[in-house]
Amino acid sequence: MSLRAPGRQTSPATAAGTDTDAWIRVAGLDKTYPARRSDPTVALQGIDLSVRRGEFVSVVGPSGCGKTTLLKILAGLVGRSEGEVEIAGTDVRGPLPQIGMVFQAATLLPWRTVRQNVLVPVEVQGLDKEKFGRRADELLEMVGLAEFANSYPYELSGGMQQRAGICRALVHDPAVLLMDEPFGALDAMTREYMNVELLRIWQQSGKTIVLVTHSIPEAVFLSDRVVVLSARPGRIAEVIDVELDRPRELSVMASDRAGIYVERIRRHFNATSVID
Amino acid sequence: MTTATPTGAPVAGPPGPAAKKAAKKAAKQRRSGRFDVRERPELLLVPGVFVVLIVLWEFVIPLFVDDYVLPVPSRIVESLWSQLTDALFWGHLEVTLRESLIGFVIGVGTAVLLGTAISQVRLVEKTLMPYVVAFQTVPKVALAPLFVVWFGFGLTSKIVMAAVISFFPMLINVIEGLKAADADRIQMLTVFGASKLQIFRMVRLPSAMPFIFAGLDIGIVFAILGAVVGEFIGAKEGLGYLLLQTNYNFDIAGMFAVLVVLSVLGLLAHSLIRFTQRKVAFWAEESRVIAA
Repeated sequence: MSLRAPGRQTSPATAAGTDTDAWIRVAGLDKTYPARRSDPTVALQGIDLSVRRGEFVSVVGPSGCGKTTLLKILAGLVGRSEGEVEIAGTDVRGPLPQIGMVFQAATLLPWRTVRQNVLVPVEVQGLDKEKFGRRADELLEMVGLAEFANSYPYELSGGMQQRAGICRALVHDPAVLLMDEPFGALDAMTREYMNVELLRIWQQSGKTIVLVTHSIPEAVFLSDRVVVLSARPGRIAEVIDVELDRPRELSVMASDRAGIYVERIRRHFNATSVID
Repeated sequence: MTTATPTGAPVAGPPGPAAKKAAKKAAKQRRSGRFDVRERPELLLVPGVFVVLIVLWEFVIPLFVDDYVLPVPSRIVESLWSQLTDALFWGHLEVTLRESLIGFVIGVGTAVLLGTAISQVRLVEKTLMPYVVAFQTVPKVALAPLFVVWFGFGLTSKIVMAAVISFFPMLINVIEGLKAADADRIQMLTVFGASKLQIFRMVRLPSAMPFIFAGLDIGIVFAILGAVVGEFIGAKEGLGYLLLQTNYNFDIAGMFAVLVVLSVLGLLAHSLIRFTQRKVAFWAEESRVIAA
């Protein structure tokens, strides 16, 4: 199945690899978890996916369809059973330095200030602290946390913590940003605000983003393409090009065109199971 | 302690209720000072109970109990004063302090090293844990006579006793603490490419801090206990020795005076460790005590 969408907002990358403009390339990916007594659990089956440089792709699917597993495989946290996974021409065999990840919970270290938390990847990868320290300050400024740089995480609200987590994922200037239901724990208002923020950050930074979410409207609002996974074993049920004009504002979600996309994705779940 | 509490609403933040709630809570915490009696009635109640008990003891107990058996507080204070003005007493105090502290440092230091090895290396854990569990069930105080035989009447036998008795609570806390690190935090560091050593330094060790302080807290009190017990068995100096001497002379007021000094010593050590904990592990809630 060819999942390549017609290029729209970004120029094709001059990346190496067979699939010339694929920045993330997944081919024939299977993931099976061995089980002791019963048959092995098949989490993902025959996943083919190419993501262009600078593209925003969301992955949605019913509970337990393996969408988080897919993201963890891209992050190099979980091994694959079968198939190929490449990011920027590099075979993924473990965590790659060109990856930034945002987690379900902000996962800030409580004994570090916000700024020190943002600098964790810099410290871990032994990068220039002064140079990336300035970048950390710029990022905190961009998400409106500049005055909280020296505060501790417990002094921040949930949305502010998650914004710090996004800064941390971007600080080492990764090629790809992976996001695992990053706004799931936030209230609806903060969530919408964070969606707008994320679009702004994406447009400013030009990162390639893969977002796992359980919110269909969120996926439609943010993405160039939405990948719909089926219930276990997770297979790609449909890939939908979201052709809404950019830059997008929240009001676009009230439009008929957005509604049609949401409906089209939702249809996949009505038949099978409840989306989580 | 932390002066960097954010004031007002977040500038570029959403007008979300979460942010407002957090700001409100912080403001409330600032208003109620640390010494507001309405917020903390125990500030009055604890000394109040103390005064009532002392008054009862001073004026009511003597009506029923002979002064030889249970001296009144004023006599204990008198005895305490005469001790405190006696250079000999300070010598005893110094000996016990030295035994406890050296024993504590040795016991706790060994526990940190061994606990780290056990929690980080599977083979070490599998090999040593059965012995740890077996030794833990031995009543350590019962070993005191043995140590006196082995290490003599001097300081060494008491240091060994203090070390052995403060070793186990620390060991258990170090092992538990180093294993208590949040899996999500470890995963986060892994994604960013951290090595095992970096994960240990940046997540496991800080996560273990509350446990380590719980171990230190029990350990220091146990170390004093160990030194005093060692002195009971056989010694020529120290507060435990002094306690026995006053006992032989039927100087019950003197015994109480030594007990007061020992209690104050324990309390000071405990407070010092809690103070350090609040400075070092400021992010943690009340420490969880694992083993005593």
